[in-house]
Amino acid sequence: MKAAKSIVVAFVAAAALTGSAKAEDTLYRDLGERPGIAKIVDDATANFLSDNRIKATFDNTNMDRFKGLLTDQLCVVAGGPCQYKGRTMHDAHKGLHLTDRDFNALVEDLQKGMDEAGVPFPTQNRLLARLAPMHRDVVTK
Amino acid sequence: MFDEGKLLATGGVSNVEGAGGGGIASWALITGYGTHDGFGIDAHATLLTMPDYTLTTWGVAAGLWDRVEISYARQSFDTKDVGRKLGLGHGFTFDQDIYGAKVKLIGDAVYEQDSWLPQIAAGAQYKQNDRGAIIHLVGGKSAEGVDYYVAATKVFLDESLLVDATVRETRANQFGILGFGGDKDSNYSPEFEGSAAYLFSRKFAVGAEYRTKPDNLGFAREDDAWDIFAAYFLCKNLSLTAAYVDLGNITITNHQDGFYLSLQAAL
Repeated sequence: MKAAKSIVVAFVAAAALTGSAKAEDTLYRDLGERPGIAKIVDDATANFLSDNRIKATFDNTNMDRFKGLLTDQLCVVAGGPCQYKGRTMHDAHKGLHLTDRDFNALVEDLQKGMDEAGVPFPTQNRLLARLAPMHRDVVTK
Repeated sequence: MFDEGKLLATGGVSNVEGAGGGGIASWALITGYGTHDGFGIDAHATLLTMPDYTLTTWGVAAGLWDRVEISYARQSFDTKDVGRKLGLGHGFTFDQDIYGAKVKLIGDAVYEQDSWLPQIAAGAQYKQNDRGAIIHLVGGKSAEGVDYYVAATKVFLDESLLVDATVRETRANQFGILGFGGDKDSNYSPEFEGSAAYLFSRKFAVGAEYRTKPDNLGFAREDDAWDIFAAYFLCKNLSLTAAYVDLGNITITNHQDGFYLSLQAAL
């Protein structure tokens, strides 16, 4: 029973730790502010377009506009002073019939993009933690 | 079909009982790299060397639609010289087959980062030991048994942390290697297993685990088990887990600790 207690304590402590980290908002700064985010978006977008699993999704997309919108969005998500004027995630992906595999392919390309932009792994995860819940709006299949 | 669509490491590794998990704990994650729309499969081999015993395990498992996991593992527990001291003969070996099934019930350990809810799965493991006569001699009640467990696993991505807590209803003595139930206690008891792992990179995690066990046999005390482990994912198809494991007292021998090495190939 002592073991059970320590497991529960560890679980609750981990949860509490996560809660407190969310309140403090330094992610925008840690990503290198808007220029840093623009670089991540550049690198990640190049990866999306060379990824056979998902590149067809962008066939009818104006990529310059897409990059601008994605930069705005990541900036907002990271707590930066930006405005995202694109469609909601639900509307933007409606009808694309994206799967878990597509979503994860994009995540992998974004991770690779962040590697290329020199974003440390824990910082990458702080951004991904805020993007992950979009899964429910993006994956419709 | 085998879409290899899940993110690296998000199926866990194959644990000592063949389930998707860490080393000694079963997690709520579904093994392999199949998503909601596909299947995943994997095979593993594990070696645990202790001062007086060697445990080797191999097994295969499948994940269906990232929802259902089925697994088979075969454990061989070599008693080496302890076998002679117990009158069984040097190198006397207990073999055990473990058939496992697990179903994800609710939550998603990875995607639902805006929710407190972990991924929760329920599982069962039917274990069949080939040494019924010896098990009865040492006070064990049965050579076969079923464990039932509920596992809760969550990745706290913000902190690059994976946490699992699992409750297991079991009668197993030393995971079932010494049978099920005993002269001291023959009933099911709720036991706990938990893991915490820090993700250093997408490929590398280091963590610790703790597992409580029943103490059913009068002839020998059974202790809790713990380990510290490092898992390295070369790619989705290959991972290597190394651990230091302490299983405590086993039969007539104290302090059985040692090194654990496990290799998993996955799709």
